[in-house]
Amino acid sequence: MTERVPILRIGEVLLVSIQVDLDDQTVMNLQEDLAEQIVARSARGVVIDITAVEIVDSFVGRMLATIAAISRMLDAETVVVGMRPAVAITLVELGLSLGGVRTALDLEKGLALLGRSNAGRA
Amino acid sequence: MVAKQDGSARLLKLLSTGEQDLAAQWITQVSAGLAGRISRAELDRELNELFTALVEALRAGGQDAHGEELSELRALLTELSRNRARQGFTPSETALSVFALKHVLEPVLEGGTKDDVLAYLRLSRLLDDLGLFTIETYTRAREEIIAAQADQLLELSTPVVKLWDGVIAVPLVGTLDSARTQVVMEKLLQALVDTGSEQAIIDITGVPAVDTQVAQHLLKTIVAARLMGAECTVSGIRPQIAQTIVALGIEFGDIVTKASLADALQLALKKAGVEMISPAGGRR
Repeated sequence: MTERVPILRIGEVLLVSIQVDLDDQTVMNLQEDLAEQIVARSARGVVIDITAVEIVDSFVGRMLATIAAISRMLDAETVVVGMRPAVAITLVELGLSLGGVRTALDLEKGLALLGRSNAGRA
Repeated sequence: MVAKQDGSARLLKLLSTGEQDLAAQWITQVSAGLAGRISRAELDRELNELFTALVEALRAGGQDAHGEELSELRALLTELSRNRARQGFTPSETALSVFALKHVLEPVLEGGTKDDVLAYLRLSRLLDDLGLFTIETYTRAREEIIAAQADQLLELSTPVVKLWDGVIAVPLVGTLDSARTQVVMEKLLQALVDTGSEQAIIDITGVPAVDTQVAQHLLKTIVAARLMGAECTVSGIRPQIAQTIVALGIEFGDIVTKASLADALQLALKKAGVEMISPAGGRR
């Protein structure tokens, strides 16, 4: 049984806080769960908190981009928050610049960013 | 074994012939070579210690410069070489401390027996090895100093300064290479986390030249900062550098570049939501 990453709801925003080591199956489950939850709860934004993630590989990097793309299809904006310097450097060295993903330094700033862009949309 | 003991005894005898005299002559010769750049008293202490250690080692039957018996002598020589390296003496001046003993011993040969000559040759071989050991230690000490200085330079040359609440800047000075960029990148990103800043300014006023590699490094840093949720502005681009960048065909894409740090700060403040109002009441 692989672990499932919990998805929490704060208002119109879904919060995914990744606290476990990400293996491929966990990532696949997360993508599925998240897509379902966005529709079920008609979320307008997704915040992925990776403060606790210390090691990334290209698969995890791609996951972030994929989740952002899926969310955008479902009209929810994705913000990745709390990326550590070492993780950022690794992703750059891997050549992943996460073009379509918005980022913020911490959860608070991420929520503020979503709030601003939703206000702009409404 | 008996022959070896015998050899040691002879060496010992050679050195013991007017021990005080030899040591004094040795010190005089060395101090002449060092041209008074080291105090006589200090030299006295150093060389007397060396002399005693040498005699002790020979008494213990030491013949080999890397042998057990000479370990104390080697320790003394190591200290001497390190001190000389730190004080800025040349390698020759350092090795002179050992080789001068050979010169001092030369007069002993006159009127000496064949055995004396053999003993002298053996001692001289030993001193040669010790001299080489000195130079090796000296070089190692020098290399350590250089490495330490390079590290310090790396640390010193990349400060991250906080310009405003939420705005940090890295004034880059000097040529950028991979190692330095790595340090800059790590420091900048860590500073973003520590200060919670969303705006970063990389000022390259002090960078003498920008080539494709430097630009590549800069771009990587900026993309990494962006991944973390911060925006970077490059400032301090001098006219020649702007020309070079265009001539090289380097694309900065959607990265904001400004001519001066002042312009970059103004932009960063605006993005951070800070409004500046002059005392007269007008906006800037």
